[in-house]
Amino acid sequence: MLIPCPHCGTRPVEEFTFLGDAAPTRPTTNDPSSMEAWYEYVYLRNNPRGTIDEYAHHSGGCRAWLVVQRNTETHEVYGAVTARAFASRKEAVAKGEQA
Amino acid sequence: MTSYRLDKGGLIDRESALRFTFDGALHIGRAGDTLASALMANGVRLMGRSFKYHRPRGVITAGAAEPNALVELREGGRKEANTRATMIELYDGLVAKSQNNWPSLNFDVGAINSLASSMFVAGFYYKTFMWPKSFWEKIYEPIIRRAAGLGTASKLPDPDKYEKSYAHCDVLVIGSGPTGLMAALAAARQGKRVILADEGARLGGSLLNEQEEIGGQSGFDWSQGIIAELASLPDVTLMPRTTIMGWFDGNIFGAVERVSDHLRVPDPYEPRQRYWKIHARRAVLAAGSEERPVAFGGNDIPGVMQASAMRTYANRYAVAAGRSVVVFGGNDSIYRTARDLRFHGIHVEAIVDSRKDAKADPGGVHVIRGAMVADAVGGKAVKSVHLTNGMHINCEAVAMSGGFSPIVNLACHRGKKPMWDANLLAFLPPDNGEAFTVAGSAAGKMLLSECLADGAAKGAAGGRAIEAPRCRDEAFAISPLWWVKEARAKAFIDYQNDATAMDLPLAAREGYSDVELAKRYTTTGMATDQGKLGNINAIAILAEATGRTMDEVGTTTFRPFYTPVSFGAFAGPFTGHHFQPVRKTPLHDWAEEQGAVFVETGLWMRSSWFPREAEDWLASASREVLTTRGSVGICDVSTLGKIDVQGKDAGQFLDKLYCNTFSTLAVSKARYGLMLREDGIVYDDGTTSRLAEDHYVMTTTTANAAKVMAQMEFAHQALFPDLDVTYVSVTEQWAQMAVAGPKSRATLQKLMDELVMTDETVPYMAALEVTIMHGIPARLFRLSFSGEHAYELAVPADYGSMAARAVMQAGEEFGICPYGVEALSIMRIEKGHVAGGELNGTTTAGDLGMGKMVSTKKDFIGRMMAQRPGLVDPNRQQVVGIRPVDPSHRIRAGAHLLKKDDTPSLANDQGYVTGVAWSPMLNMWVGLALFANGRARHGEVVQVWDGLRGHLVLGEICDPVHFDKENKRLHA
Amino acid sequence: MRYNVFSLIKNTLSGHKNWEPAWRQPEPKKEYDIVIAGGGGHGLATAYYLAKEHGLRNIAVLEKGWLGSGNIGRNTTIIRSNYMLPGNNPFYEWSMKLWENLEQDFNFNAMVSQRGVLNLCHTDAQRDAFARRGNAMRIDGVDAELLDREAVREMYPFFDYDNARFPIKGGLLQRRGGTVRHDAVAWGFARGADSRGVDIIQHCEVKGINVENGKVAGVDTNKGFIKCKKLGLATAGNSSETAKMAGMRLPMESHVLQAFVSEGLKPYIDGVVTFGAGHFYVSQSDKGGLVFGGDIDGYNSYARRGNLPMVEHVIEAGVAMIPSLARVRVLRSWGGIMDMSMDGSPIIDKTHIQGLYLNAGWCYGGFKATPASGWCFAYTIARDEPHKLNAAYRLDRFRTGHMIDEKGQGATPNLH
Repeated sequence: MLIPCPHCGTRPVEEFTFLGDAAPTRPTTNDPSSMEAWYEYVYLRNNPRGTIDEYAHHSGGCRAWLVVQRNTETHEVYGAVTARAFASRKEAVAKGEQA
Repeated sequence: MTSYRLDKGGLIDRESALRFTFDGALHIGRAGDTLASALMANGVRLMGRSFKYHRPRGVITAGAAEPNALVELREGGRKEANTRATMIELYDGLVAKSQNNWPSLNFDVGAINSLASSMFVAGFYYKTFMWPKSFWEKIYEPIIRRAAGLGTASKLPDPDKYEKSYAHCDVLVIGSGPTGLMAALAAARQGKRVILADEGARLGGSLLNEQEEIGGQSGFDWSQGIIAELASLPDVTLMPRTTIMGWFDGNIFGAVERVSDHLRVPDPYEPRQRYWKIHARRAVLAAGSEERPVAFGGNDIPGVMQASAMRTYANRYAVAAGRSVVVFGGNDSIYRTARDLRFHGIHVEAIVDSRKDAKADPGGVHVIRGAMVADAVGGKAVKSVHLTNGMHINCEAVAMSGGFSPIVNLACHRGKKPMWDANLLAFLPPDNGEAFTVAGSAAGKMLLSECLADGAAKGAAGGRAIEAPRCRDEAFAISPLWWVKEARAKAFIDYQNDATAMDLPLAAREGYSDVELAKRYTTTGMATDQGKLGNINAIAILAEATGRTMDEVGTTTFRPFYTPVSFGAFAGPFTGHHFQPVRKTPLHDWAEEQGAVFVETGLWMRSSWFPREAEDWLASASREVLTTRGSVGICDVSTLGKIDVQGKDAGQFLDKLYCNTFSTLAVSKARYGLMLREDGIVYDDGTTSRLAEDHYVMTTTTANAAKVMAQMEFAHQALFPDLDVTYVSVTEQWAQMAVAGPKSRATLQKLMDELVMTDETVPYMAALEVTIMHGIPARLFRLSFSGEHAYELAVPADYGSMAARAVMQAGEEFGICPYGVEALSIMRIEKGHVAGGELNGTTTAGDLGMGKMVSTKKDFIGRMMAQRPGLVDPNRQQVVGIRPVDPSHRIRAGAHLLKKDDTPSLANDQGYVTGVAWSPMLNMWVGLALFANGRARHGEVVQVWDGLRGHLVLGEICDPVHFDKENKRLHA
Repeated sequence: MRYNVFSLIKNTLSGHKNWEPAWRQPEPKKEYDIVIAGGGGHGLATAYYLAKEHGLRNIAVLEKGWLGSGNIGRNTTIIRSNYMLPGNNPFYEWSMKLWENLEQDFNFNAMVSQRGVLNLCHTDAQRDAFARRGNAMRIDGVDAELLDREAVREMYPFFDYDNARFPIKGGLLQRRGGTVRHDAVAWGFARGADSRGVDIIQHCEVKGINVENGKVAGVDTNKGFIKCKKLGLATAGNSSETAKMAGMRLPMESHVLQAFVSEGLKPYIDGVVTFGAGHFYVSQSDKGGLVFGGDIDGYNSYARRGNLPMVEHVIEAGVAMIPSLARVRVLRSWGGIMDMSMDGSPIIDKTHIQGLYLNAGWCYGGFKATPASGWCFAYTIARDEPHKLNAAYRLDRFRTGHMIDEKGQGATPNLH
């Protein structure tokens, strides 16, 4: 499997460490009423058969955390962005939804 | 023995004389031979015994699919079991032995199994050997295990070396027959970077084996011309002896190059094999096709072989499979076989063509149409055949052809299944898109002209095309021919595993009709050839038995590896001492000078103790503790993770990472920090110091250094990207040493350039940037893991050993000694400091007695999940001290704790001992433990239960701090 | 028909023409009392014990592929009960006890072979951890022995003791651990369940779960709607996708675990051995192949196949442990999809939907658990409450903070 690192170019999968689904968003509050949201963030996963946005650390390369879009059934890799870019995209979407 | 070597022809060097032995008998072969062809030339037909019935077997193929002629090649640590004689290039001095027989290949007692073979049908194991119960493991299974297996593996280390390498290309062509050569040429002439790989000893594929005519030359001559052109092109890499063994994600192909397997021993500095990962922009599979055997009685008797193999032995190796041959099949290729054999002067008794209406020209050979070989007759060699029409023909060999199966294995490695073509009677490869196409006979092209054209087209892939040369085609027509039911003797489908045609309908009758179940129940396709010869026949028989089509039955899953791969190739050089890299600290040389005994700690080698004279580890460590607590000691702590954190938001960032607060830490001060995982469990601990308003330096445990760094990167980049902070691991940039003991200040003072060390200038938890030894920059921390008045001194790595030597010199007057991790561990247990045994990934801050450190004022990783009921339950196991009630008793780590009067059971289990040490200060064993509701139970006497080692003593639960409870020494 | 030596002789004499099918190939009925989704080891065992222990008969097992095509057919066949946590240990020991009597119980030779499972240790800390584990086993009557280096050398003299990067210091041995012919377990349970009236329906995929008023009403399949009162999900690897049909999200990810077999060899390694300084474990099948594996590939996957880096990683460790392996050849690799749970332990529980039960999250330890998992799941379904052996395997334990984390890796599924 090859991962297109935005910094390093296309690199082999053995340079990366994976950390699961990037879809869950860390809650922004510590209010006791948010316990269920925290529980879901830490523990529950969509675990899709198909397209997933997955955290991958380029631990054997530039050390950037990336979000790799892949197909879990075919292992086809669609692309990768930095986790930072992914976070701001998620934030923008969340803001858009609020507005 | 008489020679079966033909008088002329073949790609062998008749001038050469390579001596080799098989089962101790000396033979002579020629350069260009395989072990199989050389044995055949010497009249040796019996080469192996089958798995279950120990039936005599000879070669059936001339290539990679060989299931029968497997031998133990070489000797000692180089011995390889199950090596295919058809793939072994002969070399002078080759030593091979037959396998799976006793006492000898010729007289094998195991063949007695054949007598009971009517009982040993598919699945018989599952139905018996159950009574009495104890007999399975004691009697039946040991017998079965001894009888099973094939060759014997060496238990000596392999003296040869292996390498790993990457390769990149525009076009990878797999197979160098007519299709592959055209594909490679087409791509190469476009200027592409091309790799042409072939499993054979030399390039040319089927053109080495067959009598073809291309472009007005012989097929062989034509191939050599193309290969020469390819070799002359700078961007073409030719890789003979290289098997592409798997196709993986990202169009990466695994390959093994047999660099030295054709030599007696590898040349100096050369590996035995080289493992390749080849990333190809696109690839063309031109692997050809495999001829199918026919299931008739005795189709395994030595002398019965694939018709194409028999041609190959005659054409390429100049060897006759027998003096008189019956050629049998249901397609036109049998006529070509008869023609080639006759060309070489081998007598063809008859062509037996299962098709009544076959039109091909027999070229003067007697042809019997509409009949089949029902049984081959013979023991260790074929003597004759019985036909279904009642005829009986004497012969020495039988060439059989059931048809041709495209070698689609690689094209199916990523999950797609092949599709049945009812006209070609073949499973054709699935469509995998442009990145991996299949060409030639691997794609069902049965004519040479089609193969050349297809290779040219797939190699060009829509780019500039090349023209395929003219060639002579052999006519091809085929009718189904799977199983001759008139057979009286066993008809084999999977030769090696002795699965017969009868086994498949039986499996279906018993409910194992799905192809995958039939495979598992009958073991068809599970031998070392992975069904290359037998699977399609099995599918056909299963289809007929269950009234399904070939497509409905379908194939089993094609999985890597195309052919078996040695462990050595995958392991490469990463074995023995080189299994993992060795990390040495900057103080390693110094520690070595001091006589350190080192211990593996992750990848690090840490100094463990520093024995003097005849001290054992305990005596040494105890002395080191006494010296340190009595005066001064120095310890290498460079392996602690060190992370430099800078930026406007550095403090805020650390507040997110740690459960306690760092943004409020004063400059020039250090603070102990506890880091949680998001699930609320303790992750790591260490001290972090603030060197400037926007500059911190963190330390982590040795074990977690890399993980904490990755966690920080994640937290910053994915969770808190707005924080203005940067950080970098400086673990290897700084040498760090703990200098501990009452004389530590007096010792270190001597190194300081300007600093006058007092409790005011260097108070407890101070963190200062200083210079030592005339200008060496250093960091001085007043920290203590030992509980003594102590410091940690950090200097740039290259100054490490020098600084340590200076400390030793400075402390000489105080009797300073180096201490290792054993002494460190004793002192931390005496002081009740937690370490790896307690930070075990399941403990909370509360469990460790640090609940009060956990902030309730800020957000940090782990805050919310730490509040779950299960994590705040007072009955959780908490860190306590444990000491034997009788001070002469020993307690051991890993012992469990039970109430004084309870019987041992998991329900009664109260906790366990996490770490122990012999305390030279207290003259007894002391330890730490995790103990249910432990803080409330100090003083309780418990059983320290170590049934595993047969120990049971009474212990007392106590405060974790065993020594100097008031921390007087810290501030002394 | 009972399988024994007499039936074998009798059938031999009649040319093996009269063997009865090991199971029927029924079409689904319109309605069952209990439907089990998943005809793998756990699903078939559940049906078997529902019939045998609870006297229930109107049961169907729905399998989307062929019988036993899930992880029961693609594991490395190891059984052991060397767990240390209270939530795990009694459960796995019960499984071991069921294994020890299984073949006579279901009249099928599954080649249960208690050849010993040896875990090697290479550091003092590992040895201390093994002591803790071994004592947790012994304290509850499970066999365990702590071996020193010389005792290990005596068992396996051809391992690397002298040139190793991480020298072997000893090991934890469970002699009652061993191997079982994996496919035969599926077949034995299937035959036993079928003979008690259970319908095993192959190539029948559950496409939807019908819930009415908070209660299970049936399942949609490619063979039509099947009504049921109770539905047990035993679809490991695919549990999240199945649970989605009932609107549930699970605390797990699916990952691919590769396994391997070598060419057949004469007896080479007697028991099961795990390397402690890398990801590698190995045993030898009765047929002679070295069966081995290591770690999951690490990325989320439903693909049942892995990639080369993990192949190399596993085999490097193998040759580091046993240098003579370099000359042995690997025949085949394959992949299975694991439900990697958030604490490395499974779930056998009821759900918030009445009549819907969940058996999932086995990580890569599901095979050894097969009999006890089926036994406990059958109990949970039949009685509508967990047995005390699976009481800790609750679905809500992550919400309440009662994780069962043997490895101490936390909510990172690919580290378990």
